[in-house]
Amino acid sequence: MNELTFEGRAVPFVPGQSIGAALTGAGVTSVRVTRLGGRPRGLFCGIGVCFDCLVTVNDGPPSRACVVEARPGDVVKGARDA
Amino acid sequence: MTRATDVLVIGAGVVGAACAYHAARAGLTATVVDRGPVAGGTTGAGEGDILVSDKEPGPELDLALLSTRSWHDLAGEVGGFEYEVKGGLVVAATAGGVAGLAGLTARQRAAGVEVTPVAAGDLTGYEPHLAGDLAGGAFYPQDAQVQPMLAAARLLRASGARVCTGVTVTGMLRGGDRVTGVRTDHGPIAAGAVVNAAGTWGGDVAALAGVRVPVLPRRGFVLVTEPLPPLGRHKVYAAEYVAGVGSDDEGLETSAVVEGTPAGTVLIGASRERVGFDRGFSLPVLRLLARQAIALFPRLGDVAAIRAYCGFRPYCPDHLPVVGPDPRAGGLLHACGHEGAGIGLAAGTGRVLAQVLTGAELEIDLFPFRPERFTEAS
Repeated sequence: MNELTFEGRAVPFVPGQSIGAALTGAGVTSVRVTRLGGRPRGLFCGIGVCFDCLVTVNDGPPSRACVVEARPGDVVKGARDA
Repeated sequence: MTRATDVLVIGAGVVGAACAYHAARAGLTATVVDRGPVAGGTTGAGEGDILVSDKEPGPELDLALLSTRSWHDLAGEVGGFEYEVKGGLVVAATAGGVAGLAGLTARQRAAGVEVTPVAAGDLTGYEPHLAGDLAGGAFYPQDAQVQPMLAAARLLRASGARVCTGVTVTGMLRGGDRVTGVRTDHGPIAAGAVVNAAGTWGGDVAALAGVRVPVLPRRGFVLVTEPLPPLGRHKVYAAEYVAGVGSDDEGLETSAVVEGTPAGTVLIGASRERVGFDRGFSLPVLRLLARQAIALFPRLGDVAAIRAYCGFRPYCPDHLPVVGPDPRAGGLLHACGHEGAGIGLAAGTGRVLAQVLTGAELEIDLFPFRPERFTEAS
């Protein structure tokens, strides 16, 4: 089953889809909040330029959800404190 | 679009915005025109620094101290532009650098700057992620930062000025020897006074009035990291930066300047080159900036740079801005040529210019900034 989890919630994807696309398909428009003001951030440019959609994948370093290919079982969380 | 206005400001950058705001506060009506958008020139290409730390005592420091107080007031009156009195930490890598810094801070303190020497062992108390091999430094609690594009936009909005973007000034209206307004590609605008706040392009505007004001471009790059957890609390820069600011060197100079922003990105500067208005991307310059920043903050070696931008500091041969009325063209005033300190100096510049416009007592002496100084017989 092609599924990842985002903040503990199951998110399906089709092979080859980016994590950002999968999250968008599941209705997740905000993956993190700014550290000042708590403003929501998610897919903005969608092409790897703006760095708004930072997430961690399997507790790795912050990555851009829009350019990382989804893999079954990925544990995705919003990047903290960015 | 003929319409009388008390003050016509050319340039919707932060200096023009501050002039419009202070003029409006003094009871004058203001119109601001810009051939581009708000903050489309050098205002949108910097880091937003309001610094007293990088200035030797003299007229520019006097204007900076006035501006520092004025920005504080503006943050209260207007706000909404990420004003942070974060303080500046200047660090020196060598004992010689520390000695030079001690001399500078002594002179600055005598001129009214608040500054505390910081021993090598105390540096990481200020900045925990700073490299461990530095020789010493100095802390300047008055140094502040704003988001410069927001600052220009907020001041313009708060001024109530009519803002005409996409309007190019093509000439001056004259009444005898006086400047009585401007011609634009959208028609003439009559004005009681015209303020040249065209930044790096201020020389071209002055030429439209038949006067010479030599403002030239000095290119600088800023490298931007991905949003990071807080890395530094203050603006941190190498002591060599002060020498670079005042230098007359034609070639490339770089010195490390590192500071975070409320958005989480870290801005890395600063380079200085005299290459005209060349916007070409320069990987060698950005490599140098990155290397110097990593030397200050080793952690930056592991983070991604997401973009870079460049702009053109408006500099005059004597590195002082041009502020005040032009005796060669009545009705024309200048507020340009602030080099790399335009954001910081904008608030005080607008304040004093409004005092000129209303005939009020001036808070600082504008003689060192007089526009005709470049053509006086020496």
